[in-house]
Amino acid sequence: MRRFSLASLLKEAVDGHQGWGRQWRAPDPKPAYDVVIVGGGGHGLATAYYLATVHGITNVAVLEKGWIGGGNTGRNTTIIRSNYLYDESAHLYEHALKLWEGLSQELNYNVMFSQRGVLMLAHNAHDVQSFKRHVYANRLNGIDNEWLSAEECKAFCPPLDISPDVRYPVVGGALQRRAGTARHDAVAWGYARGADARGVDIIQNCEVTGVRRDASGAATGVETTRGFIRAGRIGVVAAGNTSRVMAMADVRMPLESYPLQALVSEPVKPVFPCVVMSNAVHAYISQSDKGELVIGAGTDQYTSYSQQGGLHITTHTLDAICEIFPQFTRMRMLRSWGGIVDVTPDRSPIIGRTPVDNLFVNCGWGTGGFKATPGSGHVFAHTLATGQPHPINAPFTLDRFRTGRLIDEAAAAAVAH
Amino acid sequence: MLLIDCPFCGKRPEVEFHCGGEAHIARPADPAQVDDAIWAEHLFVRKNPRGLHAERWRHLHGCGQWFNALRDTYTDRFVETYKAGEQPKHPLTETRA
Repeated sequence: MRRFSLASLLKEAVDGHQGWGRQWRAPDPKPAYDVVIVGGGGHGLATAYYLATVHGITNVAVLEKGWIGGGNTGRNTTIIRSNYLYDESAHLYEHALKLWEGLSQELNYNVMFSQRGVLMLAHNAHDVQSFKRHVYANRLNGIDNEWLSAEECKAFCPPLDISPDVRYPVVGGALQRRAGTARHDAVAWGYARGADARGVDIIQNCEVTGVRRDASGAATGVETTRGFIRAGRIGVVAAGNTSRVMAMADVRMPLESYPLQALVSEPVKPVFPCVVMSNAVHAYISQSDKGELVIGAGTDQYTSYSQQGGLHITTHTLDAICEIFPQFTRMRMLRSWGGIVDVTPDRSPIIGRTPVDNLFVNCGWGTGGFKATPGSGHVFAHTLATGQPHPINAPFTLDRFRTGRLIDEAAAAAVAH
Repeated sequence: MLLIDCPFCGKRPEVEFHCGGEAHIARPADPAQVDDAIWAEHLFVRKNPRGLHAERWRHLHGCGQWFNALRDTYTDRFVETYKAGEQPKHPLTETRA
Protein backbone atom coordinates (compact mmCIF):
# COMPACT_ATOMS: atom_id res chain seq x y z
CA MET A 1 0.00 0.00 0.00
CA ARG A 2 1.34 3.38 -0.94
CA ARG A 3 1.03 5.72 2.02
CA PHE A 4 -0.64 9.05 1.45
CA SER A 5 1.37 11.95 2.82
CA LEU A 6 2.32 15.54 2.03
CA ALA A 7 5.43 14.18 0.29
CA SER A 8 3.37 11.85 -1.95
CA LEU A 9 0.98 14.69 -2.75
CA LEU A 10 3.83 17.04 -3.69
CA LYS A 11 5.46 14.35 -5.85
CA GLU A 12 2.22 13.73 -7.73
CA ALA A 13 1.61 17.46 -8.11
CA VAL A 14 4.99 17.76 -9.83
CA ASP A 15 4.35 14.64 -11.97
CA GLY A 16 0.88 15.77 -13.07
CA HIS A 17 -1.03 13.29 -10.87
CA GLN A 18 -0.31 10.42 -13.25
CA GLY A 19 1.00 8.05 -10.57
CA TRP A 20 -2.08 7.44 -8.42
CA GLY A 21 -2.76 3.74 -8.87
CA ARG A 22 -5.72 1.58 -7.94
CA GLN A 23 -6.26 1.45 -4.19
CA TRP A 24 -7.20 -2.23 -4.07
CA ARG A 25 -6.77 -5.20 -6.40
CA ALA A 26 -9.55 -7.00 -8.29
CA PRO A 27 -8.50 -10.62 -7.65
CA ASP A 28 -10.21 -13.79 -8.86
CA PRO A 29 -11.57 -15.82 -5.96
CA LYS A 30 -9.30 -18.54 -4.57
CA PRO A 31 -10.81 -22.00 -3.99
CA ALA A 32 -10.65 -21.63 -0.20
CA TYR A 33 -10.28 -19.03 2.54
CA ASP A 34 -10.01 -19.10 6.32
CA VAL A 35 -12.84 -16.58 6.54
CA VAL A 36 -15.36 -15.53 3.90
CA ILE A 37 -17.34 -12.36 4.58
CA VAL A 38 -20.63 -12.03 2.69
CA GLY A 39 -21.26 -8.35 2.02
CA GLY A 40 -18.80 -5.63 1.05
CA GLY A 41 -20.31 -2.69 2.87
CA GLY A 42 -18.61 -0.70 5.60
CA HIS A 43 -19.30 -3.33 8.28
CA GLY A 44 -18.02 -6.23 6.17
CA LEU A 45 -14.90 -4.38 5.02
CA ALA A 46 -14.18 -3.19 8.57
CA THR A 47 -14.51 -6.80 9.76
CA ALA A 48 -11.95 -7.92 7.16
CA TYR A 49 -9.63 -5.06 8.09
CA TYR A 50 -9.66 -5.88 11.81
CA LEU A 51 -9.32 -9.61 11.13
CA ALA A 52 -6.08 -8.75 9.33
CA THR A 53 -4.73 -6.06 11.65
CA VAL A 54 -5.87 -7.23 15.10
CA HIS A 55 -5.99 -11.00 14.68
CA GLY A 56 -3.43 -11.60 11.91
CA ILE A 57 -5.95 -13.51 9.79
CA THR A 58 -5.29 -12.41 6.22
CA ASN A 59 -6.57 -15.37 4.20
CA VAL A 60 -9.91 -13.62 3.97
CA ALA A 61 -12.32 -12.83 1.14
CA VAL A 62 -15.02 -10.17 1.10
CA LEU A 63 -17.74 -11.12 -1.41
CA GLU A 64 -19.88 -8.29 -2.72
CA LYS A 65 -22.72 -8.83 -5.21
CA GLY A 66 -22.45 -5.28 -6.57
CA TRP A 67 -19.69 -2.79 -5.84
CA ILE A 68 -18.27 -2.12 -2.38
CA GLY A 69 -20.09 0.52 -0.38
CA GLY A 70 -22.95 0.55 -2.90
CA GLY A 71 -25.63 -0.55 -0.48
CA ASN A 72 -26.58 1.14 2.76
CA THR A 73 -23.00 2.39 3.28
CA GLY A 74 -23.57 4.81 0.40
CA ARG A 75 -27.21 5.54 1.27
CA ASN A 76 -27.16 6.78 4.86
CA THR A 77 -27.07 10.32 6.26
CA THR A 78 -23.54 9.81 7.74
CA ILE A 79 -24.46 10.74 11.30
CA ILE A 80 -22.27 9.40 14.10
CA ARG A 81 -23.19 9.50 17.79
CA SER A 82 -23.13 7.23 20.83
CA ASN A 83 -25.79 8.68 23.17
CA TYR A 84 -27.82 5.48 23.48
CA LEU A 85 -29.84 4.82 26.61
CA TYR A 86 -29.07 1.23 27.61
CA ASP A 87 -25.65 0.12 28.85
CA GLU A 88 -25.21 -2.56 26.18
CA SER A 89 -25.90 -0.18 23.29
CA ALA A 90 -23.96 2.68 24.88
CA HIS A 91 -20.85 0.51 25.19
CA LEU A 92 -21.18 -0.73 21.61
CA TYR A 93 -21.67 2.68 19.99
CA GLU A 94 -19.10 4.38 22.23
CA HIS A 95 -16.59 1.69 21.23
CA ALA A 96 -17.30 2.69 17.62
CA LEU A 97 -17.07 6.42 18.34
CA LYS A 98 -13.65 5.98 19.96
CA LEU A 99 -12.44 4.13 16.86
CA TRP A 100 -13.88 6.89 14.64
CA GLU A 101 -11.77 9.44 16.52
CA GLY A 102 -8.54 7.87 15.29
CA LEU A 103 -9.78 6.29 12.07
CA SER A 104 -8.29 8.64 9.44
CA GLN A 105 -4.83 8.23 11.01
CA GLU A 106 -5.23 4.48 11.43
CA LEU A 107 -6.31 3.94 7.82
CA ASN A 108 -4.04 6.64 6.36
CA TYR A 109 -7.21 7.67 4.52
CA ASN A 110 -9.22 10.82 5.18
CA VAL A 111 -12.70 9.72 6.22
CA MET A 112 -13.54 13.38 6.91
CA PHE A 113 -14.76 12.61 10.42
CA SER A 114 -16.11 15.88 11.75
CA GLN A 115 -17.14 16.15 15.41
CA ARG A 116 -19.53 19.00 14.81
CA GLY A 117 -21.99 17.88 17.49
CA VAL A 118 -25.44 16.30 17.38
CA LEU A 119 -28.21 18.34 18.98
CA MET A 120 -31.51 16.61 19.78
CA LEU A 121 -34.34 19.09 20.20
CA ALA A 122 -36.91 18.84 22.96
CA HIS A 123 -40.32 20.31 22.15
CA ASN A 124 -42.41 19.31 25.16
CA ALA A 125 -42.26 18.14 28.77
CA HIS A 126 -42.01 14.50 27.79
CA ASP A 127 -39.01 15.19 25.53
CA VAL A 128 -37.30 17.10 28.35
CA GLN A 129 -37.74 14.23 30.81
CA SER A 130 -36.69 11.61 28.28
CA PHE A 131 -33.61 13.49 27.07
CA LYS A 132 -32.45 14.33 30.59
CA ARG A 133 -32.72 10.64 31.42
CA HIS A 134 -30.53 9.93 28.37
CA VAL A 135 -28.02 12.60 29.47
CA TYR A 136 -27.71 11.10 32.95
CA ALA A 137 -27.54 7.51 31.68
CA ASN A 138 -24.84 8.48 29.17
CA ARG A 139 -22.78 10.26 31.81
CA LEU A 140 -22.89 7.20 34.07
CA ASN A 141 -21.38 5.30 31.13
CA GLY A 142 -18.68 7.93 30.62
CA ILE A 143 -20.27 9.25 27.42
CA ASP A 144 -20.49 12.99 26.86
CA ASN A 145 -24.01 14.35 26.58
CA GLU A 146 -25.25 17.57 28.04
CA TRP A 147 -28.53 19.41 28.52
CA LEU A 148 -28.86 22.81 26.87
CA SER A 149 -31.50 25.47 27.48
CA ALA A 150 -33.30 26.90 24.45
CA GLU A 151 -30.95 29.92 24.49
CA GLU A 152 -27.91 27.64 24.61
CA CYS A 153 -29.34 25.63 21.69
CA LYS A 154 -29.67 28.88 19.70
CA ALA A 155 -26.09 29.85 20.53
CA PHE A 156 -24.82 26.44 19.38
CA CYS A 157 -27.01 26.33 16.27
CA PRO A 158 -27.87 29.89 15.11
CA PRO A 159 -30.36 28.84 12.36
CA LEU A 160 -32.76 27.64 15.08
CA ASP A 161 -35.85 29.70 15.82
CA ILE A 162 -36.52 29.52 19.55
CA SER A 163 -39.41 31.96 19.73
CA PRO A 164 -42.25 30.49 21.80
CA ASP A 165 -45.00 31.08 19.22
CA VAL A 166 -43.72 28.62 16.55
CA ARG A 167 -45.54 25.39 15.86
CA TYR A 168 -42.84 23.21 17.46
CA PRO A 169 -41.27 25.42 20.16
CA VAL A 170 -37.75 24.49 21.23
CA VAL A 171 -37.68 24.14 25.02
CA GLY A 172 -34.16 22.73 25.21
CA GLY A 173 -31.94 20.08 23.76
CA ALA A 174 -29.46 17.30 24.44
CA LEU A 175 -26.06 17.87 22.84
CA GLN A 176 -23.34 15.32 22.25
CA ARG A 177 -20.33 17.42 21.23
CA ARG A 178 -18.15 14.45 20.19
CA ALA A 179 -20.81 13.28 17.75
CA GLY A 180 -20.82 14.36 14.12
CA THR A 181 -20.54 13.11 10.57
CA ALA A 182 -18.06 11.36 8.26
CA ARG A 183 -17.71 10.78 4.53
CA HIS A 184 -19.44 7.42 4.03
CA ASP A 185 -17.76 6.35 0.76
CA ALA A 186 -14.33 7.09 2.20
CA VAL A 187 -15.05 4.74 5.09
CA ALA A 188 -15.68 1.82 2.70
CA TRP A 189 -12.72 2.77 0.50
CA GLY A 190 -10.35 3.31 3.42
CA TYR A 191 -11.15 -0.05 4.99
CA ALA A 192 -10.98 -1.77 1.59
CA ARG A 193 -7.57 -0.26 0.87
CA GLY A 194 -6.23 -1.19 4.32
CA ALA A 195 -7.59 -4.74 4.17
CA ASP A 196 -6.39 -5.30 0.61
CA ALA A 197 -2.88 -4.14 1.52
CA ARG A 198 -2.75 -6.88 4.16
CA GLY A 199 -3.78 -9.62 1.75
CA VAL A 200 -7.58 -9.64 1.97
CA ASP A 201 -9.26 -10.40 -1.38
CA ILE A 202 -12.10 -8.00 -2.15
CA ILE A 203 -14.23 -9.68 -4.80
CA GLN A 204 -16.89 -7.48 -6.37
CA ASN A 205 -19.72 -8.58 -8.67
CA CYS A 206 -19.77 -11.93 -6.89
CA GLU A 207 -23.17 -12.84 -5.47
CA VAL A 208 -23.60 -15.61 -2.93
CA THR A 209 -26.30 -18.02 -4.13
CA GLY A 210 -26.04 -20.80 -1.56
CA VAL A 211 -24.42 -22.00 1.65
CA ARG A 212 -22.94 -25.50 1.51
CA ARG A 213 -23.15 -27.61 4.68
CA ASP A 214 -21.58 -30.96 5.58
CA ALA A 215 -23.25 -34.04 7.06
CA SER A 216 -23.01 -32.62 10.60
CA GLY A 217 -24.80 -29.47 9.45
CA ALA A 218 -21.75 -27.20 9.72
CA ALA A 219 -21.21 -24.63 6.99
CA THR A 220 -18.24 -25.43 4.73
CA GLY A 221 -18.41 -22.74 2.07
CA VAL A 222 -20.55 -20.62 -0.20
CA GLU A 223 -21.86 -21.12 -3.71
CA THR A 224 -21.41 -17.93 -5.71
CA THR A 225 -21.92 -16.64 -9.22
CA ARG A 226 -18.17 -17.18 -9.60
CA GLY A 227 -18.16 -20.76 -8.34
CA PHE A 228 -17.91 -22.54 -5.01
CA ILE A 229 -15.64 -21.00 -2.38
CA ARG A 230 -14.64 -23.12 0.62
CA ALA A 231 -14.53 -21.27 3.94
CA GLY A 232 -13.33 -22.08 7.44
CA ARG A 233 -15.79 -19.60 8.83
CA ILE A 234 -18.46 -17.49 7.14
CA GLY A 235 -19.51 -14.06 8.36
CA VAL A 236 -22.79 -12.77 6.92
CA VAL A 237 -22.88 -8.96 6.91
CA ALA A 238 -25.60 -8.48 4.31
CA ALA A 239 -27.83 -5.81 5.92
CA GLY A 240 -31.27 -5.78 4.24
CA ASN A 241 -30.59 -9.08 2.46
CA THR A 242 -29.54 -10.98 5.60
CA SER A 243 -32.82 -12.93 5.78
CA ARG A 244 -32.24 -14.18 2.23
CA VAL A 245 -28.62 -15.23 2.79
CA MET A 246 -29.42 -16.92 6.10
CA ALA A 247 -32.33 -18.77 4.48
CA MET A 248 -29.73 -20.42 2.22
CA ALA A 249 -28.43 -22.09 5.40
CA ASP A 250 -31.98 -22.80 6.64
CA VAL A 251 -31.71 -20.24 9.44
CA ARG A 252 -34.83 -18.14 9.98
CA MET A 253 -34.14 -14.67 11.33
CA PRO A 254 -36.06 -12.21 13.54
CA LEU A 255 -35.67 -9.54 10.88
CA GLU A 256 -37.83 -7.48 8.57
CA SER A 257 -36.43 -5.39 5.70
CA TYR A 258 -37.86 -1.92 5.20
CA PRO A 259 -37.10 0.93 2.78
CA LEU A 260 -35.47 3.93 4.48
CA GLN A 261 -35.18 7.15 2.51
CA ALA A 262 -32.90 10.15 2.58
CA LEU A 263 -32.51 13.22 0.41
CA VAL A 264 -30.15 16.10 -0.24
CA SER A 265 -30.76 19.66 -1.37
CA GLU A 266 -28.89 21.72 -3.91
CA PRO A 267 -25.50 22.79 -2.49
CA VAL A 268 -25.34 26.17 -0.76
CA LYS A 269 -22.75 28.07 1.26
CA PRO A 270 -22.19 26.95 4.86
CA VAL A 271 -25.41 27.70 6.75
CA PHE A 272 -25.76 24.83 9.17
CA PRO A 273 -22.98 24.13 11.70
CA CYS A 274 -24.05 20.88 13.33
CA VAL A 275 -26.50 17.97 13.15
CA VAL A 276 -29.98 18.67 14.50
CA MET A 277 -32.47 15.93 15.21
CA SER A 278 -36.05 16.30 16.31
CA ASN A 279 -37.54 12.97 17.29
CA ALA A 280 -40.94 14.43 18.14
CA VAL A 281 -41.60 15.64 14.58
CA HIS A 282 -39.23 13.15 12.94
CA ALA A 283 -36.76 15.38 11.19
CA TYR A 284 -33.01 15.44 11.13
CA ILE A 285 -30.71 17.59 9.12
CA SER A 286 -27.06 18.45 8.62
CA GLN A 287 -24.98 20.09 5.89
CA SER A 288 -22.34 18.15 4.01
CA ASP A 289 -18.94 19.65 3.29
CA LYS A 290 -20.10 19.90 -0.33
CA GLY A 291 -22.85 22.24 0.85
CA GLU A 292 -25.91 20.02 0.43
CA LEU A 293 -28.43 19.82 3.23
CA VAL A 294 -28.63 16.13 4.14
CA ILE A 295 -32.07 15.11 5.40
CA GLY A 296 -33.14 11.74 6.69
CA ALA A 297 -36.72 10.50 6.28
CA GLY A 298 -38.44 7.55 7.91
CA THR A 299 -39.13 3.96 6.94
CA ASP A 300 -42.16 2.84 5.00
CA GLN A 301 -44.70 0.76 6.89
CA TYR A 302 -44.33 -2.36 4.71
CA THR A 303 -41.35 -4.65 4.07
CA SER A 304 -39.69 -4.20 0.70
CA TYR A 305 -36.52 -4.90 -1.28
CA SER A 306 -37.27 -2.24 -3.91
CA GLN A 307 -34.71 0.34 -2.64
CA GLN A 308 -37.36 3.02 -3.01
CA GLY A 309 -40.04 4.28 -0.71
CA GLY A 310 -43.23 6.29 -0.84
CA LEU A 311 -43.14 9.98 -1.70
CA HIS A 312 -45.41 10.78 1.23
CA ILE A 313 -42.66 9.60 3.61
CA THR A 314 -40.15 12.19 2.34
CA THR A 315 -42.86 14.84 2.10
CA HIS A 316 -43.74 14.28 5.74
CA THR A 317 -40.12 14.84 6.77
CA LEU A 318 -39.80 17.95 4.60
CA ASP A 319 -42.98 19.34 6.18
CA ALA A 320 -41.29 19.04 9.58
CA ILE A 321 -37.98 20.51 8.32
CA CYS A 322 -39.76 23.51 6.79
CA GLU A 323 -41.73 24.02 9.99
CA ILE A 324 -38.60 24.10 12.17
CA PHE A 325 -36.35 25.88 9.65
CA PRO A 326 -38.59 28.16 7.52
CA GLN A 327 -35.46 29.62 5.87
CA PHE A 328 -35.12 26.34 3.90
CA THR A 329 -38.63 26.36 2.40
CA ARG A 330 -37.43 27.74 -0.95
CA MET A 331 -34.52 25.35 -1.37
CA ARG A 332 -34.80 22.66 -4.01
CA MET A 333 -34.17 19.02 -3.29
CA LEU A 334 -31.60 17.55 -5.66
CA ARG A 335 -31.72 13.81 -5.06
CA SER A 336 -33.60 11.29 -2.94
CA TRP A 337 -32.99 7.58 -2.60
CA GLY A 338 -33.85 4.54 -0.52
CA GLY A 339 -31.89 1.78 1.15
CA ILE A 340 -33.17 -1.50 2.56
CA VAL A 341 -32.62 -1.75 6.30
CA ASP A 342 -32.93 -4.95 8.35
CA VAL A 343 -34.85 -4.22 11.52
CA THR A 344 -34.96 -6.46 14.60
CA PRO A 345 -37.93 -6.52 16.99
CA ASP A 346 -35.93 -4.63 19.68
CA ARG A 347 -34.11 -2.31 17.22
CA SER A 348 -30.72 -3.59 18.43
CA PRO A 349 -28.27 -5.49 16.20
CA ILE A 350 -27.47 -9.19 16.21
CA ILE A 351 -23.73 -9.92 16.25
CA GLY A 352 -22.53 -13.44 16.89
CA ARG A 353 -22.97 -17.15 16.40
CA THR A 354 -25.90 -18.85 14.69
CA PRO A 355 -27.35 -22.36 15.15
CA VAL A 356 -25.16 -23.44 12.19
CA ASP A 357 -21.50 -24.13 13.09
CA ASN A 358 -18.94 -21.91 11.31
CA LEU A 359 -21.70 -19.51 10.27
CA PHE A 360 -21.72 -16.12 12.01
CA VAL A 361 -23.96 -13.12 11.47
CA ASN A 362 -23.71 -9.36 11.96
CA CYS A 363 -27.06 -7.79 11.12
CA GLY A 364 -30.12 -5.97 12.40
CA TRP A 365 -28.52 -2.52 12.47
CA GLY A 366 -31.83 -1.21 11.20
CA THR A 367 -31.97 2.50 10.58
CA GLY A 368 -28.71 3.37 12.36
CA GLY A 369 -25.79 1.19 11.34
CA PHE A 370 -23.37 3.66 9.75
CA LYS A 371 -22.26 5.19 13.04
CA ALA A 372 -21.28 1.76 14.35
CA THR A 373 -19.15 0.72 11.36
CA PRO A 374 -15.70 0.61 13.03
CA GLY A 375 -16.95 -0.88 16.30
CA SER A 376 -19.16 -3.41 14.55
CA GLY A 377 -16.26 -4.60 12.39
CA HIS A 378 -13.90 -4.70 15.38
CA VAL A 379 -16.09 -6.88 17.62
CA PHE A 380 -17.29 -9.08 14.74
CA ALA A 381 -13.67 -9.72 13.71
CA HIS A 382 -13.01 -10.83 17.30
CA THR A 383 -16.05 -13.13 17.15
CA LEU A 384 -14.95 -14.64 13.81
CA ALA A 385 -11.32 -15.03 14.90
CA THR A 386 -11.95 -16.62 18.30
CA GLY A 387 -15.37 -18.18 17.82
CA GLN A 388 -16.49 -16.31 20.93
CA PRO A 389 -18.08 -12.87 21.28
CA HIS A 390 -16.10 -9.84 22.41
CA PRO A 391 -17.46 -8.64 25.81
CA ILE A 392 -19.02 -5.67 23.98
CA ASN A 393 -21.12 -7.77 21.58
CA ALA A 394 -21.82 -10.61 24.03
CA PRO A 395 -25.34 -9.28 24.82
CA PHE A 396 -26.26 -8.94 21.13
CA THR A 397 -26.95 -12.62 20.51
CA LEU A 398 -29.49 -14.17 18.18
CA ASP A 399 -30.58 -16.25 21.18
CA ARG A 400 -31.84 -13.20 23.12
CA PHE A 401 -35.18 -13.48 21.34
CA ARG A 402 -35.60 -16.91 22.94
CA THR A 403 -34.29 -16.00 26.40
CA GLY A 404 -36.14 -12.69 26.48
CA ARG A 405 -33.06 -10.58 27.32
CA LEU A 406 -33.95 -7.96 24.72
CA ILE A 407 -32.10 -4.64 24.42
CA ASP A 408 -35.14 -2.55 23.74
CA GLU A 409 -33.75 0.58 22.09
CA ALA A 410 -37.00 0.74 20.11
CA ALA A 411 -38.76 2.01 23.19
CA ALA A 412 -35.79 4.13 24.24
CA ALA A 413 -35.05 5.92 20.99
CA ALA A 414 -38.60 6.31 19.62
CA VAL A 415 -37.66 7.06 16.01
CA ALA A 416 -34.50 8.49 14.58
CA HIS A 417 -31.34 6.42 14.80
CA MET B 1 -47.49 5.61 -2.64
CA LEU B 2 -49.20 2.27 -3.03
CA LEU B 3 -52.71 1.87 -4.38
CA ILE B 4 -54.40 -0.80 -2.30
CA ASP B 5 -57.53 -2.71 -3.27
CA CYS B 6 -59.53 -3.05 -0.05
CA PRO B 7 -61.81 -6.11 -0.44
CA PHE B 8 -64.63 -4.05 1.11
CA CYS B 9 -64.13 -0.55 -0.35
CA GLY B 10 -62.08 -0.93 -3.54
CA LYS B 11 -58.91 0.90 -4.51
CA ARG B 12 -57.70 3.52 -2.05
CA PRO B 13 -54.35 5.28 -1.42
CA GLU B 14 -51.87 3.74 1.00
CA VAL B 15 -52.18 6.55 3.56
CA GLU B 16 -55.65 5.26 4.45
CA PHE B 17 -54.14 1.92 5.52
CA HIS B 18 -52.06 0.47 8.31
CA CYS B 19 -49.77 -2.46 7.54
CA GLY B 20 -49.93 -5.25 10.11
CA GLY B 21 -46.97 -7.34 8.97
CA GLU B 22 -46.77 -10.98 7.93
CA ALA B 23 -50.11 -12.81 7.67
CA HIS B 24 -51.16 -16.34 8.60
CA ILE B 25 -49.11 -16.52 11.80
CA ALA B 26 -51.15 -18.63 14.20
CA ARG B 27 -50.74 -18.24 17.95
CA PRO B 28 -49.72 -21.56 19.57
CA ALA B 29 -52.93 -23.47 20.32
CA ASP B 30 -51.88 -24.58 23.79
CA PRO B 31 -49.56 -21.85 25.14
CA ALA B 32 -48.64 -23.76 28.31
CA GLN B 33 -47.24 -26.67 26.31
CA VAL B 34 -44.94 -24.56 24.14
CA ASP B 35 -41.25 -23.92 24.90
CA ASP B 36 -39.35 -20.63 24.60
CA ALA B 37 -37.96 -21.42 21.15
CA ILE B 38 -41.45 -21.81 19.69
CA TRP B 39 -42.60 -18.61 21.40
CA ALA B 40 -39.60 -16.77 19.93
CA GLU B 41 -40.49 -18.16 16.51
CA HIS B 42 -44.11 -17.04 16.92
CA LEU B 43 -43.34 -13.58 18.28
CA PHE B 44 -40.19 -12.50 16.46
CA VAL B 45 -39.11 -14.66 13.53
CA ARG B 46 -40.42 -13.57 10.13
CA LYS B 47 -40.12 -14.90 6.57
CA ASN B 48 -39.09 -11.50 5.19
CA PRO B 49 -38.94 -12.80 1.60
CA ARG B 50 -37.84 -11.00 -1.53
CA GLY B 51 -40.82 -11.90 -3.65
CA LEU B 52 -44.40 -12.77 -2.79
CA HIS B 53 -45.35 -11.89 0.77
CA ALA B 54 -48.68 -12.53 2.46
CA GLU B 55 -49.35 -9.67 4.84
CA ARG B 56 -52.11 -8.12 6.92
CA TRP B 57 -53.49 -4.67 6.26
CA ARG B 58 -56.17 -2.64 7.97
CA HIS B 59 -58.24 -0.01 6.19
CA LEU B 60 -57.74 2.29 9.16
CA HIS B 61 -59.19 5.50 7.72
CA GLY B 62 -61.92 3.73 5.76
CA CYS B 63 -64.02 0.74 6.71
CA GLY B 64 -61.68 -0.20 9.57
CA GLN B 65 -61.55 -3.84 8.51
CA TRP B 66 -58.51 -6.10 8.61
CA PHE B 67 -57.77 -8.07 5.44
CA ASN B 68 -54.86 -9.90 3.83
CA ALA B 69 -52.82 -9.08 0.76
CA LEU B 70 -50.28 -10.79 -1.43
CA ARG B 71 -47.58 -8.35 -2.51
CA ASP B 72 -44.28 -8.75 -4.36
CA THR B 73 -41.70 -7.12 -2.08
CA TYR B 74 -39.31 -6.58 -5.00
CA THR B 75 -41.68 -4.51 -7.13
CA ASP B 76 -44.14 -3.49 -4.36
CA ARG B 77 -46.97 -4.61 -6.70
CA PHE B 78 -50.06 -6.15 -5.11
CA VAL B 79 -50.96 -9.50 -6.64
CA GLU B 80 -54.25 -9.88 -4.78
CA THR B 81 -56.12 -8.90 -1.66
CA TYR B 82 -58.44 -11.26 0.20
CA LYS B 83 -60.51 -11.32 3.36
CA ALA B 84 -59.16 -12.38 6.74
CA GLY B 85 -59.52 -16.11 7.30
CA GLU B 86 -59.18 -16.89 3.59
CA GLN B 87 -56.17 -18.24 1.72
CA PRO B 88 -54.61 -16.50 -1.33
CA LYS B 89 -55.35 -17.81 -4.84
CA HIS B 90 -51.70 -17.56 -5.89
CA PRO B 91 -49.24 -20.11 -4.51
CA LEU B 92 -47.03 -18.56 -1.84
CA THR B 93 -44.03 -20.65 -2.81
CA GLU B 94 -43.07 -18.31 -5.65
CA THR B 95 -40.10 -16.29 -4.45
CA ARG B 96 -37.72 -14.30 -6.52
CA ALA B 97 -34.17 -15.61 -6.93
